Amino acid sequence: MARETPAGDLRLANLTKTFGAFTAVDDLSLTVPQGSFFALLGASGCGKTTTLRMVAGLEEPTSGQVLLGDRDIARLRPYKRPVNTVFQSYALFPHLDIFENVAFGLRRRGIRSVDGQVRQMLSLVQLDGYERRRPAQLSGGQQQRVALARALINHPQVLLLDEPLGALDLKLRRQMQIELKRIQTEVGITFVHVTHDQEEAMTMADTVAVMNAGRIDQLGAPAEIYEFPATAFVANFLGQSNLIACDVSGGSGDDLLVTAHGARFSVPAGRSRTDNGPVFLGVRPEKLHLVGAAVQVPGGSQHLEGVVTDASYVGVSTQYLLRTGWGTELSVFVANSGAQQRFAVGERAVAYWDPQHAFLLGRDADEPDRTTPVLDEPVGASS
Amino acid sequence: MSALAHVPIGSGQSASPPPAARSGRYRLLPYLLLLPGAAWLVLFFAVPLVQLAAASLYDPTGSISTGYVLTWAFDNYPTALRAYWPQFARSFLYAGIALVLALLMGYPLAYAIAQKAGRWKNLLLVCVIAPMFTSFLVRTLAWKTILSDNGWLVGLLRDVHLLGPDGRLLATPIAVVLGLTYNFLPFLVLPLYASLERLDYRLLEASSDLYASPLKTFRRVTLPLSMPGLIAGTLLFFIPATGDYINAELLGTPNEYMIGNVIDSAFLVRLDYPQGAALSFLLMSTILAVVFVYLRRAGTEEVL
Amino acid sequence: MSRLARWFAEHWVMGVALLVLGYLFLPIAVVAALSFNRPSSRLSYDFNEFTLDNWRNPCATSDMCDAVLRSVQIGFLATVAATVLGTLMAFALARHRFRGRSGLNVLIFLPMATPELVMGTSLLALFVSGGVPLGFWTIVIAHVMFCVSFVVVTVKARLSGMDRRLEEAAMDLYASEWQTFRRITLPLVLPGIVAAALLAFSLSFDDFIITNFNSGTTVTFPMYVWGAAQRGIPPQVNVIGTAMFGVALLLVLATSLRGRRARRATIVPAPAQGNGRP
Repeated sequence: MARETPAGDLRLANLTKTFGAFTAVDDLSLTVPQGSFFALLGASGCGKTTTLRMVAGLEEPTSGQVLLGDRDIARLRPYKRPVNTVFQSYALFPHLDIFENVAFGLRRRGIRSVDGQVRQMLSLVQLDGYERRRPAQLSGGQQQRVALARALINHPQVLLLDEPLGALDLKLRRQMQIELKRIQTEVGITFVHVTHDQEEAMTMADTVAVMNAGRIDQLGAPAEIYEFPATAFVANFLGQSNLIACDVSGGSGDDLLVTAHGARFSVPAGRSRTDNGPVFLGVRPEKLHLVGAAVQVPGGSQHLEGVVTDASYVGVSTQYLLRTGWGTELSVFVANSGAQQRFAVGERAVAYWDPQHAFLLGRDADEPDRTTPVLDEPVGASS
Repeated sequence: MSALAHVPIGSGQSASPPPAARSGRYRLLPYLLLLPGAAWLVLFFAVPLVQLAAASLYDPTGSISTGYVLTWAFDNYPTALRAYWPQFARSFLYAGIALVLALLMGYPLAYAIAQKAGRWKNLLLVCVIAPMFTSFLVRTLAWKTILSDNGWLVGLLRDVHLLGPDGRLLATPIAVVLGLTYNFLPFLVLPLYASLERLDYRLLEASSDLYASPLKTFRRVTLPLSMPGLIAGTLLFFIPATGDYINAELLGTPNEYMIGNVIDSAFLVRLDYPQGAALSFLLMSTILAVVFVYLRRAGTEEVL
Repeated sequence: MSRLARWFAEHWVMGVALLVLGYLFLPIAVVAALSFNRPSSRLSYDFNEFTLDNWRNPCATSDMCDAVLRSVQIGFLATVAATVLGTLMAFALARHRFRGRSGLNVLIFLPMATPELVMGTSLLALFVSGGVPLGFWTIVIAHVMFCVSFVVVTVKARLSGMDRRLEEAAMDLYASEWQTFRRITLPLVLPGIVAAALLAFSLSFDDFIITNFNSGTTVTFPMYVWGAAQRGIPPQVNVIGTAMFGVALLLVLATSLRGRRARRATIVPAPAQGNGRP
């Protein structure tokens, strides 16, 4: 981002954290613009929570900087930072009532009259009238909102959310996602949200950073990352992808030509992360169209022929596995819009796609095809 | 009392290691926190044990008035043992029998509270602890009343001819073992309960689903899983029971005296310190040896 | 299987358990009954005649009440000292890394696993060889020693059951280390400390064996009962026994009633407190 650093941007510069021989966070650098909703997405153990704890001050970095504006806060005690956290499973103080939980931060900073602010904050999270309850008397969703109010009331420059919705059931989680987004827009504070749930990250965040083994694989807007992933990890962590092992065999105008098992495909150069050597040709299952073997595919599209080996009807779509000539099974999602032909197991079919929907990723020379197994959760369902 | 239930003897729960001190200014803090308590334990627990060991090697011809000399008189041990081996053996015998009785009573009790009591669980647990609210000595004296020759219990047993017309309970080994069983039973039950309470009922269902009879389920599932509590409980029962002499004194006669009675009189009546110390030290070493062999056999060395 | 056999299979364990509980309560019932007894002679342990005299004049034998008072004083001093020392150690063990940890664990564990007889005699050996006069203060020293370990274990259990994130959350919300301790840690550990103190008091109040070796001529309540057992027990002893039982039971019921309301508000249920070893 080529803009000046305004006072409130959160910047991590070469941040590293090692525990003994294990490197949890590896030379991480990124910028979170002030007022944005930023998601750190990754599998458990990828270092996302450690990163968050270093920003909060609960973990001291081995090296590197945590900058708020131009100030390095990496070595300040947690209570000296204008940063607050919504903890995983909330960590509400069990011996204090809701009012005192929310007022806790204000009181510690010596603010006397907290009444108005606390009530205002409780009404922001729609918990008016719950002042004198104990945390344990509240439902999970209510506790979650208390945790949010308790952090927000301090008007931090950055609000950290550590898997804040992980303990809620699916329906409530969905509702809270929308609510969190509404509150973020309302208060305009920078939110840094750590989650392993790709759908949650995509729904809520302006910018998503996908973390893998202590590093950031890709950073960008959700649609950008989904449509054009940067690595094979991202391609399969966010949704599913069919990754076919290919080698670049040349170029023709704006297109790159690749070959796999004798078949030739072309991909626009603008959709390629690399232009030589071993590559993965990636296509999302829902970008594949399925037609009978005898049907002519539309001009300009790429295609592959195979045998249907599995057909799973999942309501909104039917998920097929199509075995290619060299034995790899591709996933194909066909929307059940009523217009499509249905295929039975054993039938021959042709999968075709618009080259604009494919992408090329770098590949280690000995890596084989990577296609995801059928019946994995479809994009859009929560994990 | 519940502290005993928390004594993590051999229990599988791994205490997560505390985090490293954040910075230098806290490095001294743990030592400051530990110092007074640890000093007290060293001064009044560890040092006295050394003193006891020394006293057991004093010249046996000394006395309190003339003073004792440390002559490394190892002979004190065989001498004391020759004189009092029956009491010594009796201590372990009575404590052993009492332990078996206590297991027969305590296991069903702990199991019933942990798995069968439902919402009465806490009340029943209080009932196990409650008898200990009354003084140990007063309770033991109450047994004297219960077991007395003209009490209802002896009368009943005579009527059904379990006791002869002159048969008695008080002042017999039975009374002493009964008293030991009674007084230390809660120490066995509480850790056992803590173990059994964590036992997932579904494991038992799974076991019977997999064709195990109730007896097999108990042997193969319940018993192994309650092992930590069982080990802690038996130790907490056996150790004080072996060293006890109140039951033998109040409910028995000199024929039932245990090693504690001998040590008590050596220190407080006969004022033969070297002999008392030798017997005391012998008792502790024997108990420690038994405990270590037992822990080995039970397959856990994780005493702490 | 017949219905009867099935019922029996399901309930026999509970039946045995209730019988065992009966066994545990039998002497208590006897103590309570004897507290209303007018004994036929000093050495009689049998129920003779109902009376309320013992309850009206619990201090008829004045040396018994002196002994009770002395036990309370010793118990109080030993409890305060052991609770402070033990709580500090529990914090160090649960919250800090330091060298010599396992050695310290052994030092704390051993007094709980050593027969009281051995602890009593070894302390006596120390006091005698050091020329320390036996009496009130040697009893207090001994009681603190055997109570400390129980306090450490009880408080440590509470501390390690506490969610560390609560403290992190407090620091995140602008509480300094001291404020975090004062506002979060201490209130949450307090039930454990109270339980430990009650445990220490009951251990001290009821101790006979260790006291017996280190008391000199000082008489505590258990010492009094022991002495009286030879000469004949005044029925007031049973009044004290019954009263102790009643007070402790009320205390437990009160805390568990309070606990029932607060239970849901705490992360770990407070360990139930009670009497300790004899």
